[in-house]
This record gives sequence, structure tokens and C-alpha cells, in this order.
Amino acid sequence: MAYFFETLIAGLFAGLMYGLVAIGFVLIYKASGVFNFAQGAMVFLAALVFVTLVEHGIHFWVAFAATSALMVLTAVAIEALVLRPLRNRDPLTLFMATLGLSFVIDGATQFFLGTDVHMLDVGIDDIADDYGGLFISRFDIIASLIVIALVAVLAIVFSKTRMGVSLRAVADDTLAAQSIGIRLPVIWRIVWSVAGIVALVAGLLWGARQGVQYSLSLVTLKALPVLIIGGFSSIPGAITGGLFVGAGEALADIYLGPLVGGSVSTWFAYILAVAFLLVRPAGLFGDRDIERV
Amino acid sequence: MTTLQDTVPETGPTASIVTNPAVLRLALVLTSIVVAFGVVPAIATDYWLSSIIIPTIVMGLAGISLNLLQGYAGLVSLGSAAFMSVGVFSAYNLILRAPALPLPVVLVLAGLTAAGVGIFFGLPALRIKGFYLGASTLGAQFFFQWLFTNYPWFSNNSQSLTISAPRLEFFGYDLQSPVGRYLLVVTVTALLIGFAFLVVKSRLGREWMAIRDMETAASVLGVRVASRKLQAYAISSFFLGITGVLWGFAYLGTADAHTYNLDKSFQVLFIVLIGGTATIFGNFLGAAFIVLTPILLDHLVLSANIAYLSDQGAITNLQRVIFGAIIIFILIKEPDGLSAWTRRGAEALRARLKT
Amino acid sequence: MASLLELSNVSLSFRGVTALNALSLTVARSEICALIGPNGAGKSSLLNVINGVYRADAGDIVFDGARFEAIRPGKAARLGIGRTFQHNALFRRLTARENVLAGLSRHGGACFIENVFRFGRDRKERNDFAARADRVIAFLGLDTVRDRIVSTLSYGTQKRVDLARALVSEPKLLLLDEPMAGMNQDEKKEMSRVIAEINRTFGTTIVLIEHDVGIVLGLAHHIVVLDYGRKVADGAPEAIRNDPNVIAAYLGTVH
Repeated sequence: MAYFFETLIAGLFAGLMYGLVAIGFVLIYKASGVFNFAQGAMVFLAALVFVTLVEHGIHFWVAFAATSALMVLTAVAIEALVLRPLRNRDPLTLFMATLGLSFVIDGATQFFLGTDVHMLDVGIDDIADDYGGLFISRFDIIASLIVIALVAVLAIVFSKTRMGVSLRAVADDTLAAQSIGIRLPVIWRIVWSVAGIVALVAGLLWGARQGVQYSLSLVTLKALPVLIIGGFSSIPGAITGGLFVGAGEALADIYLGPLVGGSVSTWFAYILAVAFLLVRPAGLFGDRDIERV
Repeated sequence: MTTLQDTVPETGPTASIVTNPAVLRLALVLTSIVVAFGVVPAIATDYWLSSIIIPTIVMGLAGISLNLLQGYAGLVSLGSAAFMSVGVFSAYNLILRAPALPLPVVLVLAGLTAAGVGIFFGLPALRIKGFYLGASTLGAQFFFQWLFTNYPWFSNNSQSLTISAPRLEFFGYDLQSPVGRYLLVVTVTALLIGFAFLVVKSRLGREWMAIRDMETAASVLGVRVASRKLQAYAISSFFLGITGVLWGFAYLGTADAHTYNLDKSFQVLFIVLIGGTATIFGNFLGAAFIVLTPILLDHLVLSANIAYLSDQGAITNLQRVIFGAIIIFILIKEPDGLSAWTRRGAEALRARLKT
Repeated sequence: MASLLELSNVSLSFRGVTALNALSLTVARSEICALIGPNGAGKSSLLNVINGVYRADAGDIVFDGARFEAIRPGKAARLGIGRTFQHNALFRRLTARENVLAGLSRHGGACFIENVFRFGRDRKERNDFAARADRVIAFLGLDTVRDRIVSTLSYGTQKRVDLARALVSEPKLLLLDEPMAGMNQDEKKEMSRVIAEINRTFGTTIVLIEHDVGIVLGLAHHIVVLDYGRKVADGAPEAIRNDPNVIAAYLGTVH
């Protein structure tokens, strides 16, 4: 039974990471209606830049600030070079553009910073403590607390501030929002910047666990099922969806894997997502659209 | 009815034989056949055939397959390569376990197997719309890669999980040489292009486009939306299955699950977007772009001879950057894809012929 | 059997907002019935319930002798309910003629393999479809634009293509959702003439939504006034014209 719970907890931790990446998607999806495939590339870029700075002896927080600044610059560049020219185009075209963007970011990151795997120490020990027979990593607990704090901050920012209200207006009705003077390019720049900083946090936590390497970029692929389960437009939904997928994958690997002869984690999330879609097409937290004719 | 403002200037009887669309079309088809079966095999070198022409044609065919689904029926697939892999592994096992089957039969059966799989992964389309559908086909992508890696039975228990192309022959005629493989590819492609045109010009194609443009209106008019969607997945996957066999057997010579990975699926998606949605021939422009760009970039980097770039990893990454940038550039500048170029060219030509 | 369509106590709501409130309505065979009422009165929702785009929460519908609580749009089409749309719902990248041909879907009997390879039942179907489409195209005066992509046509012409697409399947009941919206007086008169002619020539029962009361009084045999999802008045044009409720609630105000 302890094995079950340890597996479940490890899965939930992975799920929290999926959720963290998915939050970046949700922000961008709400603001610009794009499924941003490049979110994973942004995680990779942020983590690799950060780890390179730290390896050159730069202080943790200075590196953090510098990387954040780079993510903001990236966001501004993406808005000007990709989003603005593609305004009012269909979602699939925008998706393809972010796919192209992920090529550019992944390629440029590795071109300039190399393809080596970097170990990242964020100063939290990865040792398991004994909680009444259950061994849980201290790193997992602290990382979870960081994620929860980040989600809380985002939730407050997007529900209480003017910025958050504007964002919701844009998400509800882009044209109406523009007509009352909300400037879309500004919203886009801010949201992509925030998504970039969320990517940095995700990159640090995930990179500390797995090593900073190209595979960070691939975490994007898990975001689609996570978002389908949680709903594309909800931050709590992204976290819940992430936890579902993480836990489901971990348990399926342990209990279903041996039956079918191998790890099923590459595809299990998608099957889970499709099953969810068939039962609840709008996800757990999403709104169902009413078709008007 | 006198209030119509939309009267068109008719070409009328003045349209000469050179500008008659039917005559032009026939001339185009005949020229294509002569070029494809006569001129190309006669003048192309083995390198050109094996490394450029064959992959371009096969990827163009993959583009047609996805375009039927996405461009005409308006459905999404992010897992085209999965259906290609189903095709090639089916064909391999058919040849292995029933050696008496002639190649054309194997191709059709491989396509039908892929079609069956396509219908299964298309089932969510009956409940879900739009981008969400990507989840099901992306699931297919990872599922089949997993299946063909974890069950060595599919690759006849080979250690490397790789399958190698069987001897390609057509009723005793050897197709192993580059020209032979080219002829196989171009023949199959010609037949499938014909099939694709029959599909899109039929009532089926019309109803696909109706669903794509306005699904609610289509269902209100009595279009059987559910079965039309499944037929789209079936036909698209049939094409992809055969394309997968050609890619593995006629181009690469070997294949494994990784040959048909997510990158390949995205390449097919790029071909459709670059070539243009709801076109048939545009896909070959998209495919040429996908096949030629890396080759050109390779030559460019080598001829520039920059010492820093001697590292192959750096070259690969630089290629990724340039490739991604070109994709974005085309999406921005050419919303209708490269096939808009040929259309504009054809219009200019027609205008010149008329004067 | 005098009535073609009978609705009893049909209710519909979206996320708690009531669109139709226990509405009952009878439409006689071969009549033109107009639904009028302010925006948000539930007119479009009513059409959407009749042909199955929306599913009513309560109540039932009898069409042509068959009773159902909810119907799917495809089933409604096959029973003979045709429909045009308030907002442009044409297949915008198809030609006018292809749009009209798509309107014949309910009459198709060939399977897709026959259609694609042009054998079996396809030939008869192809000829039959072509003849029917060309007849309707001629009837509605669309010959000169038949091969134009519909998104390039003017608004009024698009409305007419929409009508042709619904009419071509020879429906028993034709639902027209604001067929004259956005038209000038001349165009409205012309469209009104076409609708009357369809009704006269084919005996098609028509339920239409229109805001222009002047046009409606001249065209309809039967008028139903809706407000907030309820029926305010129901009767012949003369009765409606003189109904004090209607004058107070609707005709007296300018919309």
C-alpha cells in the first residue's frame, strides 16, 4: 500500500509540473486564442540560460532576474514578429506558427548554448523524509509549495488587478475589449512575458529533477491532454488536469504497464484525455459554448 | 429577377481552343504523364531520383492524404505518421506471412488496414470538434510508436526492431534500381492522385467541404455528418498507409517505429499549410520545400565553410532555426500556401494567351 | 389533417435564461406563418427547436403526424423540414451551385464508394441532383452566378442562394430565419414576392421570422407574436393588426 501511495505522490509531483507548463498555455490561450506549442521550448530556453549563467558564477537571484528579462524580451519579439502579422488568422495557422517558433527557440538555444545536459542545483535537497512509513522527497514538497504560491499569485493578479480584468475581457470578446480601449498588443506582450516567467519557474523545478536538457521542451506534448482534462481557459483546471494526468500515468505504468509489456506513459495521457472528452467535452473547468445560428 | 448585381462577364464563344479549360487540363495531364514516365527517368541521375525526387513525391502524397482530411473535410490530425507506420508494418507482415501476394494487393491491403485504424481514431470526431481532435490522433502517434517498439512480433522479432524492404517486383519486373523504385512510386502516386480527384469532385467531397465550411448548416440540410467524418478518416488513412509503405520500402529501404515519429507528422502538417489547404498539386510544392530546404541549407553551410560550424550538431540546430523562421514567414506572407503562386502564374499565362 | 406542425408547451433555457416558455403553436398546411417580436423574444430559438439544432427542455412537437420530443437536425431534414439562416451560413468556399447541390443531401441514396467511383446508383443520383438544382437555380434567377464562389457574391444574392439551398430538397416545411434582414425596401419586396411564389407554386408551408411588420402583414396568412419566450398573440393578419395587446407591446413602438 505504501508503494501505491509513493507512486501516486511521485505521479502527482510530475502532474504539478505538467500543470505548471499548462498554466503558461492557459494564459496565452486566453489572451490570444493560440495553442502555444513553443511553451515547452520557452521552458527549455529559460532553464538553459539560467543554468549557464549560474555555472559562470553569477548569483542565483541575479541570474533569475536576467533570465526573466530575457523572457520578457522574447515575449515582445514574438508579439511583434509572429502574433501581430498573424492576427485574425485561424487557430490552426497560429498553432503551426508556434510550432515554427518552437523550432527557432529550440534551435537557437542549442546553437548558442550547446547540447550538453546540465545539472541544476536550486538549493533544495532531494532527500526522502519518512512520514509515518511513507517516504516523500523534501524537494517534491518544497517544489509543490512554490507551485501553489505561484498559482495563488497568478490567481490574485488575474482576478483583482486592472490587467487581469482586461485579460478576461479580451478572452470573452476580443472585439468588444478592443472597442473599449484595451490595447491588444500590450495585453499580448504582458501575457507572453508572464508565461515566459512561469516557464522559467517550471524549467528550474523540472530541470533540477531531470537535468536541463532538450527533453524539457517535450513536456509541451503532455500539455494538450492536461488542458483537455482541465479546460483550456482555467488556471485551477490546468493544475487539476496536470495532477490527473501525472497520477494517472504513474499508476498506469505500475499497474497497466506489466500487463501490456512496457511503460505506457507515452500515450496513456491521450487515451485519458479522449475518454474525458467523450464524457465532458468542455473539460472539468471549461465553459461549454452554445452554438448560435 | 432583375435585382441581381452579380452578373459575370462570360468568356462566351470567343474563348479559343488554347484558353478552353478542358483542353488545357487535358494537355497538362498528358504533359505530366510524359514527363513523369518518360523524361524524368531518362535524364535524372540516381542521386536525384533516390534523394530528392522519390522523397518529394512520397511526402507530397502524404500531404494529399492529410489535405483530404484537413483541407477538404476540415478535420484535424496531428498523427499522420502513425497511419503511415501502420501501413508499412502491415505490408511487411503481409509479405512475410503471405509471400504469394503480389505487390499491388499488398499495397491495397496495407492501405485498408490503416483505414481501419484511422476510423477507430476518428471516432472521437463524432463528439468533439476542432483542435481538441488533435488529442486522439496525437494519441495514435504515440500509441503506435510504442506498439511497434514493444512488440517485436511486428518486426519479425528482429533485434533492432527494424524492418527492411522486401524485394520489390511487379509480376517479375524488378523494381530494386532507383529508376524501378521511382516508377513504382510515380505509378502509385498517379493512381492515388486520380482517386483523390474523384473523391473531391464527388458528392462525398462536396459534403466534406460543406461540413468544413459550416457544420450546423450541413447537418440541417441532411448531410450525414458522422459517417462523412469517418469516411474522411478512412480515406485519408488509406492514402497514408500506402504512403508509409512507399516511404519505408521505396525510399529508405528500411523502417522502424521511429521513422514515423512526431516530427514526420508535423512535416506532413507543414506540407499542407505551405502547399495550401484544399489543393492536390500544392502538396508537392510543400513537399519539395520540406525535402529541399535541409539539403540546400546543408550545402549553404558547407560552402560558407565557417569553422565554428564544423560541428554537425550546430549545423542541425542552425537548420532548425532557419526552417522554423521560413515556416513562420510563409504562414505570414502566403496565407493560401505556395499553390497560390502557381495559381497566379496560371492566371497570368491565361491572360497573356487571351490577348 | 389540417395542421402540418403542432408544438405544445415547448420550453427551452440556456444556463438558466429562459428562451421559450411553455409555447404552443399550430401551423396549418400550405400557409405562410410569420413569427414577429422584439430581439430576444425567442423566434430563432423556436426555429432551432423545430429542426433539432436545439433540444427543448420540455414539451413535444408533432410534425406531419409524427410526434417527437427531440429530433436531430439530420432527421428533421429527412422528414422534410428545410431551413435558412439568419446569419450567413452558406458553405463559403463552394460555388452557388455546389451549395444548392449540398442542399439535396437528404435525397441521396448512393453509398460513398458508388459516389466516388461513379457506378451503381451514382449516375441516376448525379443526373437527378443536377436537374433539381438547375431547376431551383433558374426559379430563383441565380443562373448568372451559379459557378461563382458564394463568399464573393453580394449579401442579397447570398440570401437567395441560402433560400435555393433550402428549397431544392422540396421540403414540406420551410423555416426562414430573417430572409429579408439587411435588405432595402425594393429587395424586401422582391424577396417577399419570391416567398409568396414558392408558397403558391409548390404549396410549401412556410414559417418565417421578419421584423418589418408592413411586409409581414402583406405576406403572411397567419402571424404569431412572441415576447420573452411567450406567445402574445396568434391569428390572421387582420386580427393581429387590431389586437390591442400587440399594438401596445409591439406595433406601437419603433424597432
